[in-house]
Amino acid sequence: MLKGPTFQDLLLQLERFWADRDCVLQQPYDVEVGAGTMAPETFLRVLGPDPYRVAYVQPSRRPADGRYGENPNRLYKHHQLQVILKPSPADIQNLYLESLRAIGIHLAEHDIRFEEDNWEAPTLGAWGIGWQVLLDGLEITQFTYFQQCGGLNLDPVSVELTYGLDRIAAYLQGVDNIYDVLWSRDRTYGEVRLAEEQQFSAYSFDYADPVATRKLFDLHEKEAIALLDAYAHAKGEDKKRFPILAAYDQCLKCSHLFNVLDARGVISVTERATLIGRIRQIACRIASAYLDQRLPVSASALASTVQEPA
Amino acid sequence: MKAQAAELLLEVGCEEIPAGMIPTATNELQVILSKYLSAENLLDGKTVETFGAPRRLVAACAALRLRQDDVTREVTGPPKAVAFGPDGHPTRAAESFAAKQGVEVSSLYTVSTPRGEYVAAKQVIVGRPAVERLKEILPRAIAEIPWPKTMYWTGATGLRFIRPIRWVVALLGKEVVHFDLADVKSASATVGHRFLGKAHIPVSGAKDYVDKLRKNFVLARPEERRLKVERELARLATKKGLRVNQDLPLIELVTYLNEYPTVILGDFEESYLELPEEILITVMRGHQKYFALRRRDGRLAPHFLAVINLDRDRGGLIRGGHERVLRARFADARFFWQADQKCRLADYLPKLSQVTFQVKLGSYGEKVERVRALSRWLAEQWFARGIHEARVADADRAAELAKCDLVTDMVREFTELQGIVGGLYAKAQEEPEEVADAVYDHYRPVGLDDPIPRNLTGSIVALADKMDTLAGCFAVGLAPTGSSDPFALRRGALGIVKITLERKLPLSLAEFIAAAGRGLAAYPPKLRVTGEVERQITDFLLDRTRYILRERHNFAYDEINAALAAASDDLVDAVERISALRDIRKTKNFEPLAVSFKRIRNILEKAGPRESWTLPAVRPELFQADAERRLHAASRRVGSEAEAHRRAGKYREALQRIATLRPEVDDFFDSVMVMAEQEEIRKNRLTLLSELLREVSTIADFSELVPAAS
Repeated sequence: MLKGPTFQDLLLQLERFWADRDCVLQQPYDVEVGAGTMAPETFLRVLGPDPYRVAYVQPSRRPADGRYGENPNRLYKHHQLQVILKPSPADIQNLYLESLRAIGIHLAEHDIRFEEDNWEAPTLGAWGIGWQVLLDGLEITQFTYFQQCGGLNLDPVSVELTYGLDRIAAYLQGVDNIYDVLWSRDRTYGEVRLAEEQQFSAYSFDYADPVATRKLFDLHEKEAIALLDAYAHAKGEDKKRFPILAAYDQCLKCSHLFNVLDARGVISVTERATLIGRIRQIACRIASAYLDQRLPVSASALASTVQEPA
Repeated sequence: MKAQAAELLLEVGCEEIPAGMIPTATNELQVILSKYLSAENLLDGKTVETFGAPRRLVAACAALRLRQDDVTREVTGPPKAVAFGPDGHPTRAAESFAAKQGVEVSSLYTVSTPRGEYVAAKQVIVGRPAVERLKEILPRAIAEIPWPKTMYWTGATGLRFIRPIRWVVALLGKEVVHFDLADVKSASATVGHRFLGKAHIPVSGAKDYVDKLRKNFVLARPEERRLKVERELARLATKKGLRVNQDLPLIELVTYLNEYPTVILGDFEESYLELPEEILITVMRGHQKYFALRRRDGRLAPHFLAVINLDRDRGGLIRGGHERVLRARFADARFFWQADQKCRLADYLPKLSQVTFQVKLGSYGEKVERVRALSRWLAEQWFARGIHEARVADADRAAELAKCDLVTDMVREFTELQGIVGGLYAKAQEEPEEVADAVYDHYRPVGLDDPIPRNLTGSIVALADKMDTLAGCFAVGLAPTGSSDPFALRRGALGIVKITLERKLPLSLAEFIAAAGRGLAAYPPKLRVTGEVERQITDFLLDRTRYILRERHNFAYDEINAALAAASDDLVDAVERISALRDIRKTKNFEPLAVSFKRIRNILEKAGPRESWTLPAVRPELFQADAERRLHAASRRVGSEAEAHRRAGKYREALQRIATLRPEVDDFFDSVMVMAEQEEIRKNRLTLLSELLREVSTIADFSELVPAAS
């Protein structure tokens, strides 16, 4: 029987590990996101030429995965540890494996493998090449070499590691039910989070008002577009401090509201594609504006290299 | 001078390459390297061997030349008279020619050519050391390996490859072939198993390489890995008194997923065996790549075999981990099985209108209406022809239910179970067995080796579904191009041909396509399928037909062409005609006769436009020679006899009758000149031949036959 770290110790150990490898330790982003990738520390930082290393825990909301707290494996909100290394170092796979050692996994005693899984986020115009890492058959990490983000080719290439913290903790503690995981020495995951799972599942599946949610989506989209349109005319100091980051918050709101509508079951297949397209359009415009604001010259050059891979 | 040889070893060390791509990549590398090495005269007829594992692609050649041979070339220059003056001294022309060739003027000599005497020079191209050439060839060959999807990692302008390259071994004998590739320098050391092997293993030559890697827990050769997997699967199963659920594609997959595959046994709770085995096996193989085990009576046993990438399960943790993951997956599957069946399969129909089949072709709800209509049409016409198993009501019901499972949770989770889940739900909900099996089977066959649907109803729905997709896609301009075939139309067309032939279904392709067209016009998207599109669909189906007849029925391509050129609307009939043709072709009179028919066709084609020479009928009074009269009589007689046999479906007999024409045909060509000077006589002879050709070409167009090489 394994006796792994508590959930919070797991977080601390991984953060310590990556802090020791020159990562900025960021805090979770304070707008709802569906994945750690969507936090600006990933979506925006992977753009452009500047090297960067960052690690953060990101609570991620996936309304459609909610199960009212009744399923032992599926969650409305789960926790990802997101690591971005830009540029990707040559020994990155070994670095990653060392991080597993750091949380008490003896590599030769487990079946650890890298299985093909190319990640993509259509709402962000982002995709990459990589694997899901399996630990004794359990998916524990998404390992991706980013190729495009916001529709832009990335240079240098960032590597993104996304650890599924909840399931790693359950595995290391040898429990079958996520709610039995010890969060701290004397509190279980269920004690800390069950009510949240129940209520947000109920909200997403049963209570969210589709009309109001759609309206909110439209409002946030409108705000984002208004900001982006205004940026096009901004000059000088106004341009330098123009709130592109605020436009991105609006985009994240759209993405989350879309997920709520999806979970509510009120989106037809065609509408689904349309809504995803609308979010992607904003995300791509934000990516270009973000680069333009930081490096006005090279942004247009980068934008013109946008292409599908061979 | 005999060139010395040395062994070549190349290893491209990568981060994990997707398993399914490794065999193709090693084959490609073999072809590319062989091409370059032989173009450089380094291969000397030897072969290049390649193999691969998740983290490496390997190429080896037992004996590669160490140096290219010198090549001597003769270059002809100006005429002798221009190159040397009357006094025998070289002119400026000779000097500049010598300079251009890089030789002394004194070494020029003369050669005799048909155009007279010319000055020539010998040029020696000195062979270069193999190592120098390899420095250029090897990185180029690696970069040329084609992949389905590539990435860059050293920057946007860097090498594109399937996954990052982290080390390269390149040795010619003991010498390193130095080159840089994507920030990696070639060297002489390989890398062992991630956790069990050393990270720096100097090697010399292919055998040493394979042996040392084996000691470091990497079985570099796929044969070795496959054998280990097969042995351990069998051993563990036998120990439990069970047998492994046969799954060759899975064996192939785990062979390329692991560098040191080891099989372990795991258990699951008996209670999950209540779920249908299709679902249990899919859960085990799809996500987890486990092998299912069967009891002697064929039922599944509550155990599985997992292949791990280690030498053993040291602490027993691995087994427990895999068991836990499987338990969670089974629990999900059981939840879907129960939740999906809270309503009946048909209750999912309205939801299908919300699922897009293809933007221009509308929703699955609309597709179901079209497939139902086409299924009814097929069943009705076969029933009318006396095929009593063709029940219209069953076909209609099966078509109605066929796509319902697409919106169930089970299929959303396990898409590969589409059709199967619908069939299982239909059976559990007590639809007639004929209907449930038809729903289950209607995606079949998914390849040439996949069986066709078990019953006629399933075959009808499968045919209708595939034809509707084919006709719809062609009508909106989605015909496959090159390697792009997103709607798997080639597979669908193969399926149509395979089902028709194996069930020997009488079916007019033209009518079938027209019926599908009527469906697309009557139901949304209300498209018109033009005559041109119908022709394209026919050609597409006939291409697949030729392929199947060649690859699966082993007919010669010219026999296939001959039969299809005569008539191609009914495929079963075409196969019977080809079989007859193949048999009769072996008899003695046949080949020479076929040659004569081909000659007739050539004569007619050269005679100009048909209307310029054809007569309303042969006019016996214009015959000049006996041979003409005899051929005319024989052709009349044999023609009507052969036609009677043909109508009765006795193609062999018909062809045998036609073969008896040989003496008259030979005699005609021996003694009659077709293109007589007198216009009327000439036209009469041409008309005679044209009638003859028409009468004998209803079973096969003999002029398509290619005479056997003598």
